[in-house]
Amino acid sequence: MARFTQTFFWRNAAPRCDCELNREPAKKRKLPDLRGFVLPALAFAIWWAVSTIHGGKGGLLVTPEQVWHTTWQQVTSGALTKALGASLAREASGFAIGSVLGLALGLSLGLSRLATRMIGPSFDTFKQISLFAWIPLISVWFGLGDAAKVVFLSLAALLPVAAHTCDGIHAVPRSYVEAARVFRYTRWQLVWHVILPAALPSVFTGLYLALIYSWLATLGAEYLLVAGSGIGNTLIDGSENFRMDLVLFGIVVVGVTGSLLGRLARAAERAVLERRGGASVKESV
Amino acid sequence: MTSVIAEGVEIDRVSKHYATLPVLDSVSLRIRAGEFVSVLGASGCGKSTLLRLIAGLDTDYSGEIRVAGERVRDTSLQRGIIFQDHRLFPWLTAAQNVLAALRNAPLSLAKKRRAVAEHIALVGLEGFENAYPHELSGGMAQRVAIARGLVNRPRVLLLDEPFGALDAQNRGRLQNELQRIWQHERLTMVLVTHDVDEAIYLGDRVVTMAPRPGRIERIAHVDLPRPRERTDPRYVALRDELLAGFGQSSTVQP
Repeated sequence: MARFTQTFFWRNAAPRCDCELNREPAKKRKLPDLRGFVLPALAFAIWWAVSTIHGGKGGLLVTPEQVWHTTWQQVTSGALTKALGASLAREASGFAIGSVLGLALGLSLGLSRLATRMIGPSFDTFKQISLFAWIPLISVWFGLGDAAKVVFLSLAALLPVAAHTCDGIHAVPRSYVEAARVFRYTRWQLVWHVILPAALPSVFTGLYLALIYSWLATLGAEYLLVAGSGIGNTLIDGSENFRMDLVLFGIVVVGVTGSLLGRLARAAERAVLERRGGASVKESV
Repeated sequence: MTSVIAEGVEIDRVSKHYATLPVLDSVSLRIRAGEFVSVLGASGCGKSTLLRLIAGLDTDYSGEIRVAGERVRDTSLQRGIIFQDHRLFPWLTAAQNVLAALRNAPLSLAKKRRAVAEHIALVGLEGFENAYPHELSGGMAQRVAIARGLVNRPRVLLLDEPFGALDAQNRGRLQNELQRIWQHERLTMVLVTHDVDEAIYLGDRVVTMAPRPGRIERIAHVDLPRPRERTDPRYVALRDELLAGFGQSSTVQP
């Protein structure tokens, strides 16, 4: 029961030895679980059948062979590397800038009553504004180049990091703070040795979301601030030239990249938080 | 381990309100140095509040509390407190949790490490130094909490229903260990509990509190040799007498 509660309340509930078992208790078979591939395989089969019957005429529906051909061409010509490289560079700088600023904002909102009073209401209002509403302003101030895109991505990353850092700090149990008082911790010791470690899982959730959001925003930025290269521009090119093969290729690349980024973030989170297990806020004796 | 100079606690006409609700009403009690006092009462009688006041976690009250003749104004390393929930930091190992209590102790790191090892041994947890709290059972985690409460060598150890969340077997074992530590270290202990048996088994005196507003109802001396026999007729008589005041259940109901 305790194990269940831990898993329920915290993704990283697994103790270090039997983590795979604990994370997916249903998974007992020795063979790799291939059930997740059923749906894509089915979709692929239907696509292949329909496009072959249709004959690929008119350009609305392309065959898998055409997409494969385009993929090969994009990879060998270096176009993919160039576009994906530009997108990922943007994603990385936006994520880095946004996360650092988000951490700073979240920490001050979480730790300082003055900051909460002064910045809190503005931040709460700011959170309600759709990210895309900033596009006109950003394009006027920063143009359509990389600077504008990075500003947009930073904004996308900043919000989840700031919100989760602040919430994580506010959710630190009073009992931990009291324990620190009994040990005569100074304010600095309290923050560094109690509040930050206790809030770390929530901070990680914020960073994870920031990575995902900023990747989504990368596509948005490339779509709405068109100048330059990037995987979003590959998609636009495909759509403008009526090349569905290029569009489909772009979609696959975007999906695979996003999924890999997510896995990377989870792996990093697990490496840092693994050993302390689920016994955090929700623990009962 | 050398013995600690134990010091007494004086509680002098202490009253406390939460908003308009009176929690403690003119509570006075003198606890001798080295004495073990059990404070018994139903929930809501203010017994835990009284303990928090002695710890210095709350200074918003009228009256005075003095430890070793000095007025309590804040928390102090001289006063340890152990709660019902062990309150270990989940991101630290057992040994690191005990060490965390020594962060502001005026000792060299080598001495701190030695003190940690001694206190882990004192509660019988050698071999579990590097276990994280979630890897320990409830009883073991509470032992770590006891080690953490003792590692600063406080003059007074305050215990807020420390075994309340444990099963009967673990509770009995830890009661005996606490008694052994108390006899060994000769420090002053104040135990808050709602378990009549636990109060008599461990206390030199049993202070019974009544609720709304919290006040001391009676003080019973337990003049029985240690370790106490729960079947001793005098033990049974005292237990029946205290239970009579609460209406015949083995623990005190609210």
